[in-house]
Amino acid sequence: MNIVAAIRPDDWNAPLLVHVFGAMILVGGLVTAATALLLGWRRDSPWYSRFGFRALLLIALPAWFVMRIGAQWIYSKENFDAGDEPGWLGVGYLTADLGGLLLLVAIVVTGIGVRRLRRPDAGTSVLARIGGVLATVLLLAYTVAVWAMTAKPD
Amino acid sequence: MEFYDWLLFVHVAFAFALVAALVVFWAVAVAARNVDGPAESLRYFRIARPANVLVMLGTVGTLVVGIWLAIDSGAYRVWDGWVIAAIVLWAVAGGTGQRGGQSYAKAQKLAERLVGEGRAEEPSPELRARLQDRRAMWLNIVSSAAVLAILVDMIYKPGA
Repeated sequence: MNIVAAIRPDDWNAPLLVHVFGAMILVGGLVTAATALLLGWRRDSPWYSRFGFRALLLIALPAWFVMRIGAQWIYSKENFDAGDEPGWLGVGYLTADLGGLLLLVAIVVTGIGVRRLRRPDAGTSVLARIGGVLATVLLLAYTVAVWAMTAKPD
Repeated sequence: MEFYDWLLFVHVAFAFALVAALVVFWAVAVAARNVDGPAESLRYFRIARPANVLVMLGTVGTLVVGIWLAIDSGAYRVWDGWVIAAIVLWAVAGGTGQRGGQSYAKAQKLAERLVGEGRAEEPSPELRARLQDRRAMWLNIVSSAAVLAILVDMIYKPGA
């Protein structure tokens, strides 16, 4: 094992805690939203879509900010050489920032879908379904990010 | 990548599964707090269903792989204070979480029975009382606090 990785300076602990805590709540919010939105494909679409939208907006989005602030905080302490940053860091940035953008798209798309589902004649919403797919894709992307952050492949 | 790195990934992935399940449970518990309709409460329980699997996988997986990591590691031992603290907190989280979940399991069974009796939309004060069970809520708060304490312990590794 990498002993250097195991023994990190104490002042990295607080930002790491903020980063990991935010990431865990973010994944929890995405699991909640994806489950609700995918359940809405088959039945009670307005109800499940509304719940999924709220999970994205009230859990996943704030948690994304906590995760991202923690990431930047610990990055500021690690003092990587510019242009010589490890590959796992790139994976982390890519999944965090692109994931943040996808999360925003998922919230907007699902929100519009939920709004359309308020109509009395509305059955299901394609947009809410897209939101469910995006939440699932984000979950897969963040699983890759967890792998990159923990195993730290070169 | 070494074997230890893969073990660490699996351990952290199980921890993510555990916390994700807790987030789902809290989202459902808070949202369903004032629900008294059996049909509506069953919608919430359907959302919590995958989390029931995640919480079991996460609880068992974090412990087993965590102990394996401590044995495989050259830097830590299973009898290190912070490792023992994590195991004690794990037991507290598991015990209180399981007891806290029992009230919701009973609420689910009640809702299923009422739906089976054709009373799906009929408000049930008993169902509402089960979903608002303060004892269950406090047990879940203790369980979640113990999980948070494990996370702090894992990152700060006091005494290591």
